[in-house]
Amino acid sequence: MTMAACPGCVAAGPAAERAARRAGLPTHELILPTIHCSACISAVERLLNARPEIAAARVNLSRKRVAITAQVGLDPTPWITALTAIGFEAHEARATIAAQGNDGLTLRLGIAGFAMMNVMLLSIAVWSGASDSTRDFFHWIAATISLPAAIYCADPFFRSAWSALKAARLNMDVPIALAIILACGLSLYETMTGGAHAYFDAALSLTFFLLVGRVLETRMRSAARSAAADLAALEPNRVTRIDGDTRVSCPVDEIVTGDMLWLAAGCRVPVDGVLTSPVAQVDRSALTGESDATEVRAGAVLTAGDVLLSGPVTLRTSVDAKGSTLRRLVYLAALAEGARSRYTSLATKAAGIYAPLVHGLALAAFLGWSFATADLYHALTIAIATLIITCPCALGLAVPAVATVATGRLFRMGILVKSETALERLAEVDTVVFDKTGTLSDSGLVPPAEMPDGPRRVLKALAQASQHPLSRSVLGALADVQATDLDGIQEHRGKGVCACCAGRPVALGNGAWLGLGTGTWVQVGDAAYLLERRERAVPDAMPALSALHAMGLDIHMLTGDTHAHATRMAADLPVDHVHAEVDPEAKQKLIRDLQAQGRRVVMVGDGLNDTLALTQAWASIAPGTALEASQNAADVVLLGQQLSGIPTVLRIARSARRRILENFALAAGYNCTAIPLALMGFATPLMAALAMSSSSITVTLNALRTK
Amino acid sequence: MNILVILVPCSLILGLGALVAFIWTLRHDQYSDPAGDAQRILLEEDDAPRP
Repeated sequence: MTMAACPGCVAAGPAAERAARRAGLPTHELILPTIHCSACISAVERLLNARPEIAAARVNLSRKRVAITAQVGLDPTPWITALTAIGFEAHEARATIAAQGNDGLTLRLGIAGFAMMNVMLLSIAVWSGASDSTRDFFHWIAATISLPAAIYCADPFFRSAWSALKAARLNMDVPIALAIILACGLSLYETMTGGAHAYFDAALSLTFFLLVGRVLETRMRSAARSAAADLAALEPNRVTRIDGDTRVSCPVDEIVTGDMLWLAAGCRVPVDGVLTSPVAQVDRSALTGESDATEVRAGAVLTAGDVLLSGPVTLRTSVDAKGSTLRRLVYLAALAEGARSRYTSLATKAAGIYAPLVHGLALAAFLGWSFATADLYHALTIAIATLIITCPCALGLAVPAVATVATGRLFRMGILVKSETALERLAEVDTVVFDKTGTLSDSGLVPPAEMPDGPRRVLKALAQASQHPLSRSVLGALADVQATDLDGIQEHRGKGVCACCAGRPVALGNGAWLGLGTGTWVQVGDAAYLLERRERAVPDAMPALSALHAMGLDIHMLTGDTHAHATRMAADLPVDHVHAEVDPEAKQKLIRDLQAQGRRVVMVGDGLNDTLALTQAWASIAPGTALEASQNAADVVLLGQQLSGIPTVLRIARSARRRILENFALAAGYNCTAIPLALMGFATPLMAALAMSSSSITVTLNALRTK
Repeated sequence: MNILVILVPCSLILGLGALVAFIWTLRHDQYSDPAGDAQRILLEEDDAPRP
């Protein structure tokens, strides 16, 4: 009798499977950008858990996501629709991010904290006068706790130091690892020989303080990474494919060459392809920087990144999704050898000065004392005490503490810092180069000037009823108009919105659907108005640029658009230099030339045509509306389209750089008093403990002043 | 000094207890959603433990 035929097993089968599913890892993740309270949590969880196909759903409010356990590969569209129906904006996350990758680090921090506190208690007994066998007993207990704890907890520093040494470089972790190893080694020797000075507490507090810095840093970075991933997910990653007569929704990654895609107006073209509908209007600004819409006919090639202004249209893909994404990634990776990889961070520079200096001093102390007294053991003790007391602790915290405070502050303002050295580079910037289309300006639909107030109010109500990008853009031009009440609002996907206003039919949508030709029209009763597409400066461009001017920065505007459009935009804004009709390579060359003149350039751009320039520049910023490729290339991403974030980023970056330098000065100040004492042989474990904790605390407090 | 034989193990055991509690919270994923945990206490219905 086989196992499968056993009745008990058969009965247990589905139950066990269900239990395994319940215990299993989440299969789907949805991003819920608007959730914020306990009512949101319970509403979302109740709705999702009531669906039979979902085994478990759990909201994570900190990351504004819900993790869903269901069958792998199930289409989440109905869940998203259901959530949207009860008022929660939802998007599918590209990949479920593994829960917090820094658990190992947190565990190490906990163990280091435990060991440090216990050893410190024992040390206090020794410092207050425990002697002889009691002291030795305490030292032995301290050794039993410290050695395993130090080996386990300081492991990240040992690894990083080892990899730096293998590459013949010095980083901050080399002196740190050396100090920990020497402190433990010397203390063990002292304990075994019944000596008076054991530095176990110094070794552990060093580890603990540095781990605090490391944990904060990783947390900040994983928060920024997950926010960046959420941003990428806002771009739809599902498309409608036409299979014979039916339309199915499938993930972008599953598109293969020759698929027929159905795209609604306002969609971004996901994969390169050939237009099969008779005619379409497209916005190619992401690729070319041109703000005017282009009209293309059947057979024309549409490139990934183009935005459709009319629709719905059908498209036959000419490449695989994998092929085109991969090609772009390879392209970007090849470019990535830009400024950021050549930049030496302040921490590395400091380590480059600090490590040889301190190690040289210790060596000199050893040689000096062994010549003077011919007592090798005594000379070695002094040399090691010098290394321990010179506090790599403050230096190791100097940069991460400031970086954590600065990135945290920016993160709360919706500004993501993606690169580690971004803030340091941004602090040195003296020139800002803006891309025009999509960054300083956007194109939106504007109602004609002769349109009376009544229809304007209807238009606003219709536009508010739809989430479509084109409707959203109309709202920008109708900020001071009061919306009317409408009944029976119906949205026809890819066509438009229609409703009833005081018994008259009203509609907003594409001309073909309304029987009015091309373009987007609004129809109120018998009257119809064509909405014009016009370029305008984004609302906060003016204050942002004025603030940058006030900071003494030189402002350039670059664009692939025509001279006429560029000068018109520049007339309204405080721009110092305008460069029009430049292609991507020319943009890159312009930035290279500026940098060759000794300028430090920050590039702000959103389109694919800016990626080369973004990588070339000393530092780079992309608005949240930018394409994923540009966001990948940029150091800093501004969530939402808020240019006013740029002066803030630069101000905080400058403040952070000042705080880092102050911290280095503080650490150096400590060493100036500690080193002579250590060299003269007066260093004690108590002094080491005091120097280490007080310098770490001052450095951390100083970091909090970053504003 | 004989009191040390009792007090030193006491302090170590207490410390160890705190460490074990910390490891338990870490294992049970209690640091992944601090904001959510603060809100969940206000929920009316019984909140099932984490899967």
